[in-house]
Amino acid sequence: MSDSPVTIETHNPALQHHFADMEQQRNAASFGMWLFLATEIMFFSGMFCAYLVYRYWYFNEFAVSSTTLNLPLGTVNTAVLICSSLTVALSVQAAQQGKRKLLVTLLVLTLLLGLVFLGIKGVEWKEKFDEHHVPGYSFDVSKMAKESPIPIDGQRAQIFFSLYFAMTGMHALHMIVGVGLFTWLTYRAWKGAFGPGYYTPVENFGLYWHFVDIVWIYLFPLLYLIDRKPLH
Amino acid sequence: MSEHTVSSKLYYAIWILLLVLTVVTAWIATIDLGPLNTIVALAIATVKATVVVLFFMHVKYTSEKMTKVVIASAIFWMLLLLMLSLTDYTWRLAPGTN
Repeated sequence: MSDSPVTIETHNPALQHHFADMEQQRNAASFGMWLFLATEIMFFSGMFCAYLVYRYWYFNEFAVSSTTLNLPLGTVNTAVLICSSLTVALSVQAAQQGKRKLLVTLLVLTLLLGLVFLGIKGVEWKEKFDEHHVPGYSFDVSKMAKESPIPIDGQRAQIFFSLYFAMTGMHALHMIVGVGLFTWLTYRAWKGAFGPGYYTPVENFGLYWHFVDIVWIYLFPLLYLIDRKPLH
Repeated sequence: MSEHTVSSKLYYAIWILLLVLTVVTAWIATIDLGPLNTIVALAIATVKATVVVLFFMHVKYTSEKMTKVVIASAIFWMLLLLMLSLTDYTWRLAPGTN
């Protein structure tokens, strides 16, 4: 039949009718994802801006409050997210190469690392609740103020903790959404939906996961490492 | 669109680099560098973020120029917000000061 003038195209079942071909579909999806991430950058920039202004104004309170955050747990959590970014990058590769079992394993690993991050974050928040460092009626930093080498104002410290909870809270919410997305990905991958011809969802949810990792890469030094020098 | 596959070795190398930088930034914060502490911490964070974007997010390998335009625009808007806000607020007295 090779001399037939009619070429019969075999459609990838994942190709939607409004796209000419798989490449166009993939480029459109990727562009859309990057635009969404640009809006996410602007969303987080608002909080980073509020942080910068108050840190500039109330530096002493920010520096002293920062030392009450759990540095070992924060560092471990940063490492956990970096490991999850590696498993995401490897999972995109596994999908490209059509290695279904490896893909499912890596997606499950990513999910577990995401849940470990949220668990550790929960432990850290619990500490803050126990210490009355949560802004609101029971907020109390008198102990922190007593141990501080410099005089600090409790109301200003409350602004640091408000920003701490707003920023880590929004980040944790993004992690929870990410866990949801990756649960769906794992299910689809298990069903064999992804392979060398179609792996766009793995790639684009991967971009989302890396973005959330990058937000944490900035949150970690800005919140935990303001002033970790030994007291003089 | 190039279906670029990056070697796993490179991914592992990037992963190790990111972990090392995480330990370095936590350690260097305990050394008194004066105002340089903040600059060093942000510089390390920026190196980490750049490496994630270029390699894990494949921006180094993409043939799609629009992706780079979107990223550059997003960074530009962010800097616009942060810098213009700071030029204003740093010249105001903090609330609660005389």
